[in-house]
Amino acid sequence: MRKPITLALSLVAVVGLSTAAFAAGENDHPLPPKDVSFSHEGPFGTYDRASLQRGFQVYKEVCAACHGLSRVAFHALADDGGPGFTEAQAKALAAGYQIVAGPNDKGETTDDNGTPLTRPGILADKFPSPFANPQAARTANNGSLPPDLSVIVKARNGGEHYVYSLLTGYGQTPPAGFKVVDGKYYNPYFEGRNIAMPHPLNDNGVTYSDGTKATIDQQAHDVATFLTWAAEPKMEERKRMGFGVMLFLAAFAGVLYLSYRKLWADQH
Amino acid sequence: MSAGESTYVPKSGFARWFDSRLPIARFAHDTMLTYPTPKNLNIWYTFGGILAIMLVSQILTGIVLAMHYVSSDKLAFDSVENIMRDVNYGWLLRYAHANGASMFFLAVYVHMFRGIYYGSYKAPREVLWILGVVIYVLMIATAFLGYVLPWGQMSFWAATVITNLFSSIDQIIPHFGTAIATWLWGGFAVGDPTLNRFFSLHYLLPFVIFAVVGLHIWALHVPGNNNPLGIDVKGPQDTVPFHPYYTVKDAFYLVLFFIVFAGFVFYAPNFVGEVANYDMADPLVTPHEIVPEWYLLPFYAMLRSIPDKLMGVLVMFGALATLVVIPWLDTSKVRSLRFRPMLKPFFWLFVATCLLLGYLGAKRPDAVWHIAGMDLSLVWPARLGTLYYYAFFWIILPVVGLIEKPKPLPDSIAKPVLKAAE
Repeated sequence: MRKPITLALSLVAVVGLSTAAFAAGENDHPLPPKDVSFSHEGPFGTYDRASLQRGFQVYKEVCAACHGLSRVAFHALADDGGPGFTEAQAKALAAGYQIVAGPNDKGETTDDNGTPLTRPGILADKFPSPFANPQAARTANNGSLPPDLSVIVKARNGGEHYVYSLLTGYGQTPPAGFKVVDGKYYNPYFEGRNIAMPHPLNDNGVTYSDGTKATIDQQAHDVATFLTWAAEPKMEERKRMGFGVMLFLAAFAGVLYLSYRKLWADQH
Repeated sequence: MSAGESTYVPKSGFARWFDSRLPIARFAHDTMLTYPTPKNLNIWYTFGGILAIMLVSQILTGIVLAMHYVSSDKLAFDSVENIMRDVNYGWLLRYAHANGASMFFLAVYVHMFRGIYYGSYKAPREVLWILGVVIYVLMIATAFLGYVLPWGQMSFWAATVITNLFSSIDQIIPHFGTAIATWLWGGFAVGDPTLNRFFSLHYLLPFVIFAVVGLHIWALHVPGNNNPLGIDVKGPQDTVPFHPYYTVKDAFYLVLFFIVFAGFVFYAPNFVGEVANYDMADPLVTPHEIVPEWYLLPFYAMLRSIPDKLMGVLVMFGALATLVVIPWLDTSKVRSLRFRPMLKPFFWLFVATCLLLGYLGAKRPDAVWHIAGMDLSLVWPARLGTLYYYAFFWIILPVVGLIEKPKPLPDSIAKPVLKAAE
């Protein structure tokens, strides 16, 4: 049995060697995301409700100007394992948004000026996107398309760490010889390092109602937490159920093991 | 060994009446309860049962997911998010289905390597082995089709890359390959019609797999199981009835397997997934890297290691086709590698090569290794790996079988056990 082990070890060595070699990237390769901790990490981690509410505020007051959250429904804000708004609060938040309405009783979809009819949002609605279509979004953003943030944490390597690093990664001097494209900004955590989004966060750019000091760092951490929840709203239920499933499977495996040993005792 | 007399005894008048008209209860009794099974099967033999359960699990979760999924290029991505957010336990179904595919392939690879290690493809089990290869190929097709359904960036571009492989036929018959690709797409590029037919076929193929699994088990029960010693069963002292001995043993290992499965589903549900698949498909934006799921990476590495497109495609499909003929490439009469000292290191090198190819398949095509100040393009280890994959089956298996001096085989399965008891 020694041979396979030697082979496996040499394979591991080869893999290790090559990853080390890859770490030395070039100028336009993104830096690995910063190692910050979040309360929702680990097998028992849950979302920090206060941080989710603060992060929602950052999304609403800052990000939502350009980024949609089109797959998240207002009712989710009051669901278990979420930011912990009451249903009444979620209803009020929803009503604060205007949703494009269907045809009215006369079959009209626009008012006399040609503006689409709208109605206040309800719990079943999803967050309306800031732009009518991708073309409008590009026109308003110098040709770049601000991505929808509903699942952004699952759509980028590094997840919430990436979001946090990106938002706190502005203001650095590019290395010598690096060309910052006209109309773009240097951010070493972004693929290619030229990002179309200007630095979105400012110290005290939002005013937290719970008295938390709104540093850039704090806002980035809060909105990264909020976007993790937006992408994975059932995480707490998943981990809770997982714990029960694991306990059951472990107990079941124990019973089966004893049965197996007893049954085979006379065969070995 | 199932050629033995049936021991089924109908217990009631109705059972007797029914048995003389459709002996399905007798069939179930003989194949799942009394089926004589070698008593020395080890942990690696439990993966057949695990695979059967995984197939059922995939079909059940898939049927419910299909009730909520919408196979339209405009709505597919949103319908998956709807499943994740607003369908009761939709997140569980989807994560169990997506990770289930990976666990299914993990099990099938263990099952296949086990088959090669213990020579389970040799006479009289050639048809059993070939049916297994057919199942494996159907699994690859089903997994690929299923990967396209969420309509993320990787779904779209994987579909584009794989269907475009057919256009390589243009090199032999001009325009014919492109015509096939167009026919597969239902248009001039991957689009809505492609997604619709992929969904239809993704729903169909698992039932085809189910049927071939039936044949696979049938073909297993004619000669009976091979075993770690690779010698034939000599008599009843070598076997135990499948139930309860192997039902309980398999169940134990199945539950251990499910602990790993549940670990992924509940604690790392996106571990094996590609992040780019959470971006909705966009025909105008090519992702930085297009990579298949981990279980297809070795073949992807082979494909990319060949500069000529058609040759690459042939080498890749040839690697699968090779598996069909290995019962006739292996010239040794001895089945188990326990008694084949010369082939054994080559086998482990083959396993390592498959892992290496998988690792290389995940790397960017322009990746290099820096060794002693030199840049070595990863294409070279991939070519070496591809070469060894073929050499193992087409050169080493036939040649080693002729020159190897196998270790002496035990007289029977029961004998070493009896000896140990003395």
